Amino acid sequence: MSRQIPIMTAPHEQIEQIQLEGIKQTAVRCYENIPFYRKSFDDAGFDPRSIESFDDLARAPFVTKQDLRDNAPYGMLAVPLSEVREVHMSSGTTGVATLGAYTSHDIEIWRECFGRGLVFANADENDVCQICYGYGLFTGGLGAHYGSMWSGATVIPISAGNTERQVRTLRDLGTTILECTPSYAMHIADTAIEMGLDPARDFHLRAGIHGAEPFSDAFRADLERKLDYKVLDIYGLTETMGPGVAVECMEQDGLHLAEDHFYAEIINPATGEVLPDGEWGELVITTTDREASPVVRYRTRDITRIIPGECPCGCTHRRIDRLHGRTDDMLIIRGVNVFPSQIEDVMKHFDEVSSWYQIELDTRGSLDVVTLKVETNPNFPLDSIGAVEGLQGKIQSALKTALSVGIKVKLVEPKSIPRSEGKAKRVIDLRKGIN
Amino acid sequence: MIDQLTVFLENKEGHLASMCRCLGDAGVNMVALTIAESSEYGLVRILCTEPERAAKVLDDAGYRATVSPVMAIGLPDRPGSLADLLDTFDGLGFNVEYGYCFLTRDGRAADVFKVGGAAASAEVTFKLEEAGFKVLSWEDIA
Repeated sequence: MSRQIPIMTAPHEQIEQIQLEGIKQTAVRCYENIPFYRKSFDDAGFDPRSIESFDDLARAPFVTKQDLRDNAPYGMLAVPLSEVREVHMSSGTTGVATLGAYTSHDIEIWRECFGRGLVFANADENDVCQICYGYGLFTGGLGAHYGSMWSGATVIPISAGNTERQVRTLRDLGTTILECTPSYAMHIADTAIEMGLDPARDFHLRAGIHGAEPFSDAFRADLERKLDYKVLDIYGLTETMGPGVAVECMEQDGLHLAEDHFYAEIINPATGEVLPDGEWGELVITTTDREASPVVRYRTRDITRIIPGECPCGCTHRRIDRLHGRTDDMLIIRGVNVFPSQIEDVMKHFDEVSSWYQIELDTRGSLDVVTLKVETNPNFPLDSIGAVEGLQGKIQSALKTALSVGIKVKLVEPKSIPRSEGKAKRVIDLRKGIN
Repeated sequence: MIDQLTVFLENKEGHLASMCRCLGDAGVNMVALTIAESSEYGLVRILCTEPERAAKVLDDAGYRATVSPVMAIGLPDRPGSLADLLDTFDGLGFNVEYGYCFLTRDGRAADVFKVGGAAASAEVTFKLEEAGFKVLSWEDIA
């Protein structure tokens, strides 16, 4: 039987009490120990000692990625460096890396938060976890490692890369739980099939814990079909801890926040106003008990919503929805806001194309030109120009209907879209004056 | 009906050469080859030995190849014979999707056509034979 965490099923009032106490302590500690917060709170006329309700927190100013960068590397530490056991750095997807620091207590929280994913997957000492997130400064590798160790399972710390060895290890060591980015899981699955294996027969997988990048339901279904297992989404970011801030349960209907450690708000990214449950917006996180790198109202730039209602799985912690993209992934195409996930939603209705796609942005004259490159599935018979152009045209008009913006579709050869071992690069922006 | 190999190729330098090299290395012999091109990609249509195996070889090498049935018709080598054939198509109300011509080993003209789906092709074959045209099999051309 998997390890149990009583707070995961505690009454929500009890969790709220922990949160309220935690955010007040965190805000006060930030104010007292971190010059950035002292100035930021003072400038906003916000007194952290005055927090008596969640509404009071909504008066506090936000902290952004830029603030963390400006104070890198050690300016945002709330404890002396001598108490810091480990540091990680963000993957720097969008610029200079930021630092996340951990005391022994912080590592302990992390272990157990990632471990909740393994609790949801019913992992125990009979499971074998193959961890092919990259080990190192990226929080994926060690976060998964700590959480999987905590669960009691056997851990294979293989890290990312050398895909054929990943496939052989999956088969030979009888891996039951695969932990990596979803795009790398797909690459492993495709490689196994190319090597002549039938993953459903040759592997013993029963669950995958895949995070660090958003993926669509269609992509998930494709993965589950190829590897014959159940895919759980996991969410986290270095700035607030790493993977484990929220994890999906077997219901696959949203990710349960580790609410005793993180307080979540959803805001309108343009106005900063807090939105009610159910509405889509930017996720803002306040840690309740992190010691080394606490944050008060950190703007994650991730777009999601709080799913209203209770989950049948019995976990009482509120759920965030699968990520809809990032505020900074949002493409502004001829004035229209477009998320790559919307494009993926349209594509999943076309059996003729695969899950591999790339969006290319360019300018022609002063106009943005968007090209969606997509690989076709082998069973699509493209023996005439009419068939190729007919398919391109059908996808184009579906995109136009869904997004209100014209996107040119271009079918490309198999394997011409680069496979990734980490985060997949879905958008190539060649527009002048943007990068 | 004859199996035609069609390969989807992006317009890139050396791409056609490497695809042909791949077929050559696999011992596939080509009888006819034609390219339909757009600005971004081309469809290379090939009549060759063992089209199913050729498609598998290309798929494994990362190309997108597909096999589809086409109709090949033998025509006497004289002015107006193709026009006669096309008039017959027209009279039967069939639309030609694409077509190309080549010479067989014994010097006869062969014309390859793609006409709609499998059912339409079968019907056209029947009607053409009725009208006195010779519908060729693989053995007739290679």
